[in-house]
Amino acid sequence: MRTSDDTTKLVEEASRYKYGFTTNIEQDLAPKGLNKDIVRFISQKKNEPKWLLEWRLKAFETLEKRKDNLPTWANLKYDKIDFQDIHYYAAPKSEDDKPKSLDEVDPELLRAYDKLGIPLKEQEFLAGVKNSHKVAVDAVFDSVSVATTFKSELSKLGIIFCSFSEAVATHPDLVKKYLGTVVPVNDNYFSTLNSAVFSDGSFVYIPPGVRCPMELSTYFRINAANTGQFERTLIIADKNSYVSYLEGCTAPMRDENQLHAAVVELVALENAEIKYSTVQNWYPGDKNGKGGIYNFVTKRGICQEAHSKISWTQVETGSAVTWKYPSVILKGDYSSGEFYSVALSHNCQQADTGTKMIHIGKNTSSRIVSKGISAGRGQQTYRGLVSILPKADNTKNFTQCDSLLIGNDCGAHTVPYIDVRNKSSDVAHEASTSKISEEQLFFCLQRGITEEDATALIVNGFCREVFKSLPMEFAVEAKKLLELSLEGAVG
Amino acid sequence: MLKISNLSVSVENKLIINNLDLEIDEGKKVAVMGPNGSGKSTLSNVISGKPGYDIKEGSIEFEDTDILKVDPEERATMGIFMAFQYPVEIPGIANSSFLRTAINSIRKKNNIDPVNTRIFLEEINQIASKLGLDKSFLSRDMNAGFSGGEKKKNEILQLLLLKPKLCVLDEIDSGLDIDSLKVISKGISEYSNKKNSMLIITHYQRLLDHVIPDEVHIFNNGKIVESGDHNLVKILEEKGYKEFS
Ligand SMILES: Nc1ncnc2c1ncn2[C@@H]1O[C@H](COP(=O)(O)OP(=O)(O)O)[C@@H](O)[C@H]1O
Ligand SMILES: [Mg+2]
Repeated sequence: MRTSDDTTKLVEEASRYKYGFTTNIEQDLAPKGLNKDIVRFISQKKNEPKWLLEWRLKAFETLEKRKDNLPTWANLKYDKIDFQDIHYYAAPKSEDDKPKSLDEVDPELLRAYDKLGIPLKEQEFLAGVKNSHKVAVDAVFDSVSVATTFKSELSKLGIIFCSFSEAVATHPDLVKKYLGTVVPVNDNYFSTLNSAVFSDGSFVYIPPGVRCPMELSTYFRINAANTGQFERTLIIADKNSYVSYLEGCTAPMRDENQLHAAVVELVALENAEIKYSTVQNWYPGDKNGKGGIYNFVTKRGICQEAHSKISWTQVETGSAVTWKYPSVILKGDYSSGEFYSVALSHNCQQADTGTKMIHIGKNTSSRIVSKGISAGRGQQTYRGLVSILPKADNTKNFTQCDSLLIGNDCGAHTVPYIDVRNKSSDVAHEASTSKISEEQLFFCLQRGITEEDATALIVNGFCREVFKSLPMEFAVEAKKLLELSLEGAVG
Repeated sequence: MLKISNLSVSVENKLIINNLDLEIDEGKKVAVMGPNGSGKSTLSNVISGKPGYDIKEGSIEFEDTDILKVDPEERATMGIFMAFQYPVEIPGIANSSFLRTAINSIRKKNNIDPVNTRIFLEEINQIASKLGLDKSFLSRDMNAGFSGGEKKKNEILQLLLLKPKLCVLDEIDSGLDIDSLKVISKGISEYSNKKNSMLIITHYQRLLDHVIPDEVHIFNNGKIVESGDHNLVKILEEKGYKEFS
C-alpha cells in the first residue's frame, strides 16, 4: 500500500501548473469598474461603429436591470464576484500600431505563444504538414486578436476567418445579421455582461458549398492580472458548407480568481456542418483551491435549416469553476446535434457542465456523450436538458453519461432533464458511475505499468469515445493534458 | 529462483497461508494443487505483490532479493509474471496498446529504448496466430467482452511477449475447452526452458497431462500437505483432496 505521504508529494508536484508563466508586456488597460463609460471606452478603443456601441449600451442597461441576479441553480460554490473590481479591457500595448503580419507582432508575445507550444508561425505549418492537417490560428491574447494566419489561402475560397473586431469593420452586414441571434443578450447574466463589454474573439463565415480545407483554430490566453476575458465568437456555415473549429485555452497562475465569460454563437444553414472542439486548461487554482479561473461560458449553436449538423466536443481540465452548457437548437428538419464531453475536476475544482438539445424540427436527432472524472476533492455535475417540442415528430435522442471517481473525497452528480412533448420521439438515457477498481490498477501494476501510467491508461480508456471525435492533433494534446492534470490523483 | 520461507499471510484476521515453505529452482516447473478456497490465489497474489494482505511472518526471495517490500510494478520489472485466474477488463484501451504500454514500461525501468513499432506488431501478430487468435483480437478492448478462453489466451499472449523469468499461473486451465487447453499448454511448454521457472497453480490434473511438472505439491488450508513428482497427480486423481489434509 502507498503511504499518504507519497500521495501528498505527488499531489504537490502535480499542482505545479505547466502553463503558469506571465508575460511582461506593457498593457493598455481600462480602469477598473463597470459602467457606461467603460462600455464606451471599449467601443472607442476598437473604433466600433455606432450601431455596435448602441447594442452594447442596451446590453448594459439590461445588465443593470438584472442587478446581481446570477444563476444560482448550478452545483457550484464560489466567492461572490465583485464586478466593479475588474478591468474590462486589456490590450497589449503594441495594439496601437496594429501588426499587419507576424513579423510585426511583439516578439515577446510570440515568445509567449512559443512557451505555450502554439505553432503560430506559418512556416511551421507549411513545413512537413500535409494539406489536410493544416491549422489556421487566430490568437487571442487577453482581449485582442493579434494575428491570423493562412488568411490569404482561405480568402481565395471566400472564407472569412478573422478577429471579431475586424469582421465588424469589414463585414458589418454579416455581423449585424447574426450577432445575438443564437444567444440573446438577455439569455443569462453572463451573456448580458459579455454583450456589454466583450473584447474580441473570432469570426468565421464559410460560403455556400465550401468545405473549409483546414482546421480553424483560436488560442485564448488570459495574461493580465485582474482582467476578465470576454470573447465573442460567431461562426456561420452557409448552405452545404463544412468547417471544423478548434479552441484551446490557457491562463497563467495567479492567486486571485479571474473571470472569464465568453459567448460563442454558431449558425448552420441548410445541409451545413460545424464541428467545434475545445480543449480548456485555464489555471485551475492551487491544491487548496486558491486562485484559478471562473469560467462562465455560454455556447450555443442553431441548426437553422434542414439537414444541418452541429457538433460540440469539449475537453475541460482547467478552471477553478466551470459553468458551461454548449447547446444545439435543432430547428431545421433532419438536423442533428452532438455533444461529446470530457470534464475533469481535481483538487478543489468544480465543474457544472452539460448540454441542451432543443428539438424543434421534425426528424431531428441528438447524441450526448459525457464523461466526467473527479479526483482529489473535485466536484462534478453533469446537467443536461433534452427538450422535444410538440411539432418535432420522429426525433431521436441518445444520452450517455458516465462518471469516474478517483479516490474517496470527490463527487459526481448527474442532473438530466428530459422534456418530451411529442409521442413519436425516441429518447434514451444511460448513466453510470464507477471507480477505478483496485483490480484494474493491480492488473496494470503486475504488467510493469506504474500507478500513474495505469491511471492515465484507464482514464483514457474511459474517455475514448469522446477523444475519437476530436481532430487528431487535438486528441493527442487532450490525452497529454488529461495525464498532466491527473498527476498525483491516485495514492 | 524463488524461495518462500515460513510464510504466514492473513486477510481480515483470517489466517490463509500458514507457515509455508516452497522453493522453485531455475528451469523448474512446480505444480501446486489444491481445492477451492485453499489459498492458491492468495499465494499468487502475495508473490506478485497485490496490496491488502497482512504478511504475518516469513519471507519471499526472488533471485536472492527479499521482495516483500518491493512494489508490484518493480517485481514485474524483475521478471515476475502472474497469469490471473480472473483477468481484468479495461474498456476503451486496445489490447495492443495495453501490451505496448506494458512492454515499454518494463523496458524503461531496465533502461532499454521503447520497442520499435514494426517489430512489436510483428511479434504480437506472430504470438496471436500461434495461440489461434485472429488479428482483430489485438485491436479489441483489453479483455472487454472476451470469452473465458480468450481471456486466458490473452494472459499467455502477455506472458510470451513479456518473457518473464518466473511465471505464476493461477488456474490458467479453468474454464477452457480441450482445444484451448492444448493451445495454452503448448504455449507454456514451448516457453519453458532452463533459464525460467514456472509455478503452476491448478485445481485439476488435466493441464498437468500436457505440461509435465518436475515437482508436485498438494496444498490445503494454507500449507503443503504432500509433495512428490508427477505421479502424485495420478494418486490425487484417484483419492481426491479429502485424503490430504
Ligand atoms: N480479500 C479477501 N477478503 C476476505 N477473505 C478472502 C480474501 N481473499 C481471499 N479470502 C479467503 O481466503 C481463502 C482463500 O482464497 P483463495 O486464495 O482465493 O483460494 P483459492 O484460490 O485456492 O480458491 C478463501 O476462504 C477466501 O474466501
Ligand atoms: Mg483461486
